[in-house]
Amino acid sequence: MPNMRNDKNPMPEQDPVVRSGNFDEVALGYTEEMALDEAARCLNCKNRPCVSGCPVNVHIPDFIAKIVERDYEGAYETITLTNSLPAVCGRVCPQENQCESKCVRGIKGEAVGIGRLERFTADWHDAHNKEEAHAKVPSNGHKVAVVGGGPAGLTAAGDLVNMGYDVTVFESLHKVGGVLVYGIPQFRLPKEIVATEVEKLQQKGVTFVTDAIVGKAITVDELMDEEGFEAVFVGTGAGLPMFMNIPGESLVGVVSANEYLTRINLMKAYRDDYDTPIARPKKVAVVGAGNVAMDASRSARRMGAEVTLIYRRSEKEVPARAEEFAHAKAEGINFHFLTNPVEILGDENGNVCGIRCIRMELGEPDASGRRRPIPVEGSEFVEDVDYVIMALGTKTNSLIRDTTPGIEPTKKGGINVDEKGETSRPGIFAGGDAVTGAATVIKAMGAGKTAAAGIDAYIRSKEQ
Amino acid sequence: MKRFEIVKKRQLNDTIHWYTIYAPLIARHAQPGQFIILRVDEHGERVPLTMAGHDSETGTIDIIVQTVGRTTMLLEQLNVGDCLADVVGPLGQPSKMEGLKRVCIVGGGVGNALAYPLAIGMHKHGIHVEMICGFKSKDLVILEDEFRAGVDKVHMVTDDGTYGEKGFTTDKLKALLDAGEQFDEIVAVGPAVMMKFVCGIAKEYGIPSVASLATYMVDGTGMCGGCRAIVGGESKFVCVDGPDFDGALIDWDLLIKRGKTFAAEEAEERAHVCKLTGGVRTNA
Repeated sequence: MPNMRNDKNPMPEQDPVVRSGNFDEVALGYTEEMALDEAARCLNCKNRPCVSGCPVNVHIPDFIAKIVERDYEGAYETITLTNSLPAVCGRVCPQENQCESKCVRGIKGEAVGIGRLERFTADWHDAHNKEEAHAKVPSNGHKVAVVGGGPAGLTAAGDLVNMGYDVTVFESLHKVGGVLVYGIPQFRLPKEIVATEVEKLQQKGVTFVTDAIVGKAITVDELMDEEGFEAVFVGTGAGLPMFMNIPGESLVGVVSANEYLTRINLMKAYRDDYDTPIARPKKVAVVGAGNVAMDASRSARRMGAEVTLIYRRSEKEVPARAEEFAHAKAEGINFHFLTNPVEILGDENGNVCGIRCIRMELGEPDASGRRRPIPVEGSEFVEDVDYVIMALGTKTNSLIRDTTPGIEPTKKGGINVDEKGETSRPGIFAGGDAVTGAATVIKAMGAGKTAAAGIDAYIRSKEQ
Repeated sequence: MKRFEIVKKRQLNDTIHWYTIYAPLIARHAQPGQFIILRVDEHGERVPLTMAGHDSETGTIDIIVQTVGRTTMLLEQLNVGDCLADVVGPLGQPSKMEGLKRVCIVGGGVGNALAYPLAIGMHKHGIHVEMICGFKSKDLVILEDEFRAGVDKVHMVTDDGTYGEKGFTTDKLKALLDAGEQFDEIVAVGPAVMMKFVCGIAKEYGIPSVASLATYMVDGTGMCGGCRAIVGGESKFVCVDGPDFDGALIDWDLLIKRGKTFAAEEAEERAHVCKLTGGVRTNA
């Protein structure tokens, strides 16, 4: 009999006061008992609407049924049929807009905690298979290059190595993982989880070359013509930070969220045993309200600052994952909704000393369907801050496009691909934020899967 | 040879060393004016440095580094056979040489090291190159023989007059221009304040100038935006748009202020390294 309780089992968490002073993971994960109770809420519907809400179509009711049977390893195997990074997705996917938004239980109450169950399954597997060794997959003799070691690249590499391809991943930073290591903070996604996933791929035979900037050190054409790679997957993400173009943005103490988070996450500036310098401001303004803005706010809070998040729309339009927004609130972040910065003020040494903002009101819906924020005349005010973090979104880096002749761009400046993930150049595939512009980890993983299948089909067709 | 192994190390003066590092992937496409980012060890920060040379046949790159802070102190501890944790590049745009006939390159201090590959490269390209090499005093002079062998004319100046002519590089530049020397470009490589004044003089005499900027960076590929400089009223990323920019268009005062972003923290780190560990990391 299914558990017909209407609300989902809450996620155990570190106390907000305690956690806003440390970088340990906030969400602690379901216990076995909670997982069993939550799994029993799944009705195992015939038409499986949740599966259609998942960009990689995880067989959701099947893995939950395995949990009910206490076959946790079976649940893990079911998930990994289509998702190679369950411990990551269980933590960072916006489930409320994806699988859980389609859950039948969500009509009368709360959806089944699919993400939490996915995390439970992955964590159970990792805890019980610490010494697990993955056998090297026998090579089929075909070489494929993956450019970029983020979610799209890791997924493509995983699928390709499982099919027998000889895969080399080229990563420009000194650590593999892309946004999972430089962007998403430790308290939301422990870096050890990413390292475990990378280690698994290494054992299976994937080669990782860090500190390698494709487009600078070596071009895509050189990879194919000189290094013998038969196909290339480009998963270079959307890394270029946007600024507002308002006066004062070049003052000392105005940074992109990318810079702030990279110093903290990748370069471990929050730890005493790393050399990376980082500012220690007292009052921080974060501009934007996406996941990155929440991550930056909560990181600055943990670094000891009082933090105010400034967003030009209202609370209803906050684009961040609901859980991150709730966590930020609980941790004492202040919010100025319907507010937009117009100027950043500096002292005689060029250091930030304030931010001038204007109040906004919502007008008619714009192209995105959200009501357009309009400045309220005469409503300007100055907030004293000594640091400003811009979290306004990112654009794609044009390096690969600029150095690979014949690759067609999209209207928005990404790389144009067909339904198989192939670009206008045969054998060159692309996916993730490099194609779509800034999106989610799971969408990038979906694109990595599609391209891996496309690459397999391409190489097979060449053989015949 | 191992990845990022130091294959040669040569001391140029008390605080400046020349390192040759095995990095074939970088050496293969490197060009004068481009830079690398290195990390000495797993706990180190990422530091950008202009390449002083490269050899695609031996697969090596050269950097000339002045010991100024924690990272460079840790680097100085390494010897031939030791490996750096990371070296990534080549980054940034190569220096432009097309159409130039007579160029004056003004180097200040360790900036002379950064100007070296450009000076040699331009000379090999058939350009008449005159160097003004400025140092605080005689014991800090570096690369004089290399410059004399590799460019058309070398003017040595020291602030205190202990070697070459007494005065600043800007004095010498003015003197040359006043004496009727013709250049179609002046290149400034050195401390921001010196570059500001060199480019100012160039502007005064109606000569185009180029400055090679060194700013804070994290990734070096346009991802962090920490290297922003205002050039011609627009925000530019030194890592991908530079490091060379039109000297007449750079907002120098802002650049100099931004250069002090971590000044306090760096001073503290320096004291910490010297007093507690003598430069040897104990926690790595």
